Amino acid sequence: MQSLTAFYTAGAVGADERGLIAITAVLMLFVFIPVVSLTLFFAWRYRESNAEARYSPKWSHSNLLEVFLWGGPIVIIAILGTLTWISTHRLDPYNSLASENQDPVQVEAIAMDWKWLFVYPQYNVAAVNELAMPVNTPISLHLTSDTVMTAIMIPRMGSQIYAMSGMRTQLHLLPTQTGDFMGKNYQYNGRGFASERFHARSMTDEQFKSWIKKAKASGQRLDEARYAELTKPSQPEGVTYFSPVKPHLLNYVIKQYHTGSPRNRITRTAER
Amino acid sequence: MLGRLSLDAIPYDNGIIMFAVALMAIVGVVAVGSTTYLGKWGYLYKEWLTSVDHKKIGIMYIILAFVFLLRGFVDALMMRAQQATAGPGHSGYLPPEHFAELFTGHGTMMILFVAMPLIIGIINIAVPPQIGARDVAFPFMNSISLWLTYAGGLLIMASLAVGQFSTAGWTGYAPFSEYPANPSTGVDYWIWALQISGIGTTLTGINFLVTILRERAPGMTLMRMPIFTWTALITMIMVVLAFPALTVALGMLTLDRLFDFHFFTGGMGGNQMMYINMFWIWGHPEVYIVILPAFGVFSEVTATFCNKRLFGYRTMVYATMVIALLSFTVWVHHFFTMGQGPLRNTVFAISTMVIGIPTGVKIYNWMATMFRGRIEFKQPMLWTLGFILLFTVGGMTGVMLAIPGIDYKVHNSEFLVAHFHNVLIPGTIFGMFAGYTYWFPKAFGFRLDEQWGRRAFWGWTIGFTVAFMPLYVLGAMGMPRRMVSYSNPAWTPWLWVAAFGALIVLYGIACQVVQLLVSIKNRDRLADLTGDPWGGRTLEWAMSSPPAEYNFAVIPTVHGIDAFMEMKEQGTAYQQPAEYSDIHMPKSTPAGLVIGAGAFVFGFGVIWWIWWLAILGGLTMLASVIWRACTDDVEFTIPAAEVKRVEDERFRKLALAGQRGDVIDTGSRGRMPFGGDMTGLHPG
Repeated sequence: MQSLTAFYTAGAVGADERGLIAITAVLMLFVFIPVVSLTLFFAWRYRESNAEARYSPKWSHSNLLEVFLWGGPIVIIAILGTLTWISTHRLDPYNSLASENQDPVQVEAIAMDWKWLFVYPQYNVAAVNELAMPVNTPISLHLTSDTVMTAIMIPRMGSQIYAMSGMRTQLHLLPTQTGDFMGKNYQYNGRGFASERFHARSMTDEQFKSWIKKAKASGQRLDEARYAELTKPSQPEGVTYFSPVKPHLLNYVIKQYHTGSPRNRITRTAER
Repeated sequence: MLGRLSLDAIPYDNGIIMFAVALMAIVGVVAVGSTTYLGKWGYLYKEWLTSVDHKKIGIMYIILAFVFLLRGFVDALMMRAQQATAGPGHSGYLPPEHFAELFTGHGTMMILFVAMPLIIGIINIAVPPQIGARDVAFPFMNSISLWLTYAGGLLIMASLAVGQFSTAGWTGYAPFSEYPANPSTGVDYWIWALQISGIGTTLTGINFLVTILRERAPGMTLMRMPIFTWTALITMIMVVLAFPALTVALGMLTLDRLFDFHFFTGGMGGNQMMYINMFWIWGHPEVYIVILPAFGVFSEVTATFCNKRLFGYRTMVYATMVIALLSFTVWVHHFFTMGQGPLRNTVFAISTMVIGIPTGVKIYNWMATMFRGRIEFKQPMLWTLGFILLFTVGGMTGVMLAIPGIDYKVHNSEFLVAHFHNVLIPGTIFGMFAGYTYWFPKAFGFRLDEQWGRRAFWGWTIGFTVAFMPLYVLGAMGMPRRMVSYSNPAWTPWLWVAAFGALIVLYGIACQVVQLLVSIKNRDRLADLTGDPWGGRTLEWAMSSPPAEYNFAVIPTVHGIDAFMEMKEQGTAYQQPAEYSDIHMPKSTPAGLVIGAGAFVFGFGVIWWIWWLAILGGLTMLASVIWRACTDDVEFTIPAAEVKRVEDERFRKLALAGQRGDVIDTGSRGRMPFGGDMTGLHPG
């Protein structure tokens, strides 16, 4: 059952969504069970060879029945609609998540062909294909894309959100368990799509501190030139660390798409 | 001279594609060779290619749909085989680009070149006779629609041999489908296949909208129309409103790709979100365009095979209208994860769920029609029962996906893939198969074999369940759609089950092919001499099978819903009129065929930047339109004597059927057996 990641999650948002799926599924069974059982029953009962069954070839209208036929679905949809109103506002990926723990960790995520760059402006480090998160701490992701439309998703952790060039989207996460979870782009973006994955590592505060130290120690400088090189289509195997990182990198990437350059920046060699 | 076309465009390094091309070439050579050998070119040209007869156009639409069903299904088999064998440590047998062409081609073909031609074909065959008309309002335009659809289909076929098809998915999201990210001809093939066939569909929409509003038999008020005609009318209104959005979106994408515009690019003020909105403003109504006529078929079939009036006729009409209206208000649910605020998501989520209300009511009405009926489990009814049971699952998961909180978890996953196949296969495809088996005897004069039909039904039903239920599980396990390979070993067994399910569907399709061949072989035994093989309730069953060119020798007068049933009950169904009058019918014309050919040439020229060829194609279209517009001689007359000869022959057959006891033999009660009103028969 643990493999049903939409149900068994390691984050606060995910647990909320699991409850929502369960309630909806139960409500839907109130439609499903009567429809299936009555259809099968009618098919059997009113089969042509059954002379016992009543036959009313002209019966085609009943006000009372119509009230129930319309009323039933209306009631169910009214309940679901209310549930939707509440849950959509509560589960909005833009909502920052409250926690007893300290201020949120800010992360800037930049989608590229076919990898993710995660920048930690508070710590002046960045990593390709590794998103480190201290457990029970709210994570505030600001996303953009330096390529075609992309969608970030950590199935065990929470919601999916698109990343688009020239624009900023947001996603908030709150890991409640430690572990190494699969993160992925869910929006098809070409040849490297299937194997484009990153590690979403949820860790204790101490581990996170030493992760920052490791990144700082092993990192290379991420300036404009290095960044330009990084955006070239590639599928890096391992994780690369950067430190220091060009300040306001996310804004820099977004603004590239607002200059009047004659060509769209998104270029790639022919698919075949 | 040849734009960007060169010999390199032929993918001779790809064995699989070259095999498919060779297969296509062999089929083509066999078709051309046998037509020549049998000396049938004249017949083919005169009776079919240039025909403006709605019945023949309908049949040609359905032939196109079945060809593409086979191609689209082969794509599906290949994808299932790839995903089953591309688990951790394996890469399967397909490179990523080829896999992307497969899922793009599969979606494009199944929606635009299987579902749409099936629906338009069946509407062509059934709607004019259902309203007591001799043809559509604009028969020549109908021929243009057909050949534009063929031109679009032919471009997809051409992309197999010359160049490649799009890798951007059937939705072609920008900026991935823009020139800088995707400079190959694939996206252009996709654009022009959709654009050309889409204009054909828009013309069909106008045509049937006018036909249904203007060509109804005397006495057939709107609220007496057969329910299938109602769904066709509402669908055509949707076509006319929705398809222009696609035409404009594709036009803007073309300007981006060809002339460096920036409507949907990432930079220079382009807005990729605009493309997605425009696409789904067409795309969501399109989903209902392909489902509503299927609902119409289910309504006809349920009433006919339960031998009972349809429950809640008015409710059905209003529910269909509500669905159509709401379908234009839900498009944002295709991208809840694009970052718009919770209020906007909530509004579109609730409008989506509200569609569940009229849809649910329709299902209850079909059940209420079965209640106290006399149900005959013939093939069309089997497809209908399969639909009700399986579609309910798809509806449930649809409501789940409509809740943004859940969609955030399963968007772009296999759960979504399972959901839309769960509504489109039991909904549209089963509906069209029900319609195919239901109206086949009307179109060809003999029924389809029951035994093989049942096998096909079980193959599809069981195969569908085995192939798609695992995808729900995979979606819940976090598997994204469109994966050429993956690293999670837990997914592999489910993908094997899904692949096995696809093989069971293959069995179902094979049974349908065998069914057609067996039925042609036994056509005398399966012959429908009366024109009313099922105890039908609507006017098309008042015609002979196959119908005369003019459908009705005398236009019937309608007094209520289920017009033909009423005639049978009053004993007026088979009275031969004392005399006939001349009938004016539209003449065949090659102009539609030429316009279609011109559209193909134009599309091919633009795709490959061969501008002189594009201009040539465009001028061909223009010239044939002008030529046709200047032709006054567009009708011919069937003299009354000829009508009498044809009708006498029909009544001779009817008398024969009465002696054979054809209808009585099917053993159903509660309908007027044919023999019962033999009094109305005065052959000759």
